[in-house]
Amino acid sequence: MSKEFFHGLRDGFPIGLGYLSVSFTFGIIAVKYGFSWWQALIISMLTVTSAGQFAGITVMQNPGHYLEMLISQCTINVRYSFMSISLSQKVNKRFRGIWRVLFGFMITDEIFAVACSRKEVSRSFFAGLCVLPYLGWSLGTLAGGLLGNVLPHPVMSALGLAIYGMFVAIVVPDLKRGKSISFVVVTALVLSCIFNYVPFLKDISAGISISICAIVAALLGALIYPQKDEEEEV
Amino acid sequence: MKTSVFFIYLAIMAGSTYLIRMIPFVAMRRKIENPYIKSFLSYIPYAVLTAMTLPACLYATDYVISAVIGLLAAIFFALKDKSLTVVAMAACIAVFLSETLIGLIA
Repeated sequence: MSKEFFHGLRDGFPIGLGYLSVSFTFGIIAVKYGFSWWQALIISMLTVTSAGQFAGITVMQNPGHYLEMLISQCTINVRYSFMSISLSQKVNKRFRGIWRVLFGFMITDEIFAVACSRKEVSRSFFAGLCVLPYLGWSLGTLAGGLLGNVLPHPVMSALGLAIYGMFVAIVVPDLKRGKSISFVVVTALVLSCIFNYVPFLKDISAGISISICAIVAALLGALIYPQKDEEEEV
Repeated sequence: MKTSVFFIYLAIMAGSTYLIRMIPFVAMRRKIENPYIKSFLSYIPYAVLTAMTLPACLYATDYVISAVIGLLAAIFFALKDKSLTVVAMAACIAVFLSETLIGLIA
């Protein structure tokens, strides 16, 4: 077991914790929708995506809407393609071929974010990083599906902020590194609020609006603050 | 729902989600040199995370006010460069404490 692997494990801990509460909710809702616990579990273990899964079980309520399933999954999940491309620039030389085919499965919003906060991503680190989130996601779904509400409600409510706390831990320290990141963050924030509160725009699904906000903010950032040399690389 | 229908849906869902992640990851073999594209890709994580956090996190707990307190706690510890776990735990504890307080008052 390498040191890198353990660093990954450690960094994956808060993700796993956050996933536990989100997937727990997924398990409860799936069973409420009429799925059995093993169906909820298998969905979580094979897709590992929050928004996509919640949308998926809604479509599954009616048989035969296969095209609708495909379209909704692609639009909600298209952001992963951008993350994959971004991450491909961060991984080291030995992280290629079959390793990318395997670990591509685990590129979630949170894992991507943590991986990108490193200067370089090795296979061992990424492998370690995936372990606890995958366990958290699977076990949380299982517990939610089998037990329903076992955790006291106030604890569930508090855990709801775990994932966001982690996002803050990734973004906020880098705000001190210069105007460019602050500009991107503020732009994304303003756009995101527009998509959440302005009539009509707020009806667009979260998966799509997050992609639009992110692409526009990063694009403006790149046009106004293109990085000139390695030192400025994020 | 019939089990066969479930598995067709599952295959579409899991297959499309996997391919959308894996194909770009495998296909991008070279380092991108263009400064604009490079910058765009390096800004993507910050933009994605911000758009996912706000305003969504304000509604992730029982009260908006407790979420705001949790968020401020997270920002405070993040500015001190604390680890991911510490910041996430601090946010959760702040929410828990403020909701306990709200429960006592209300």
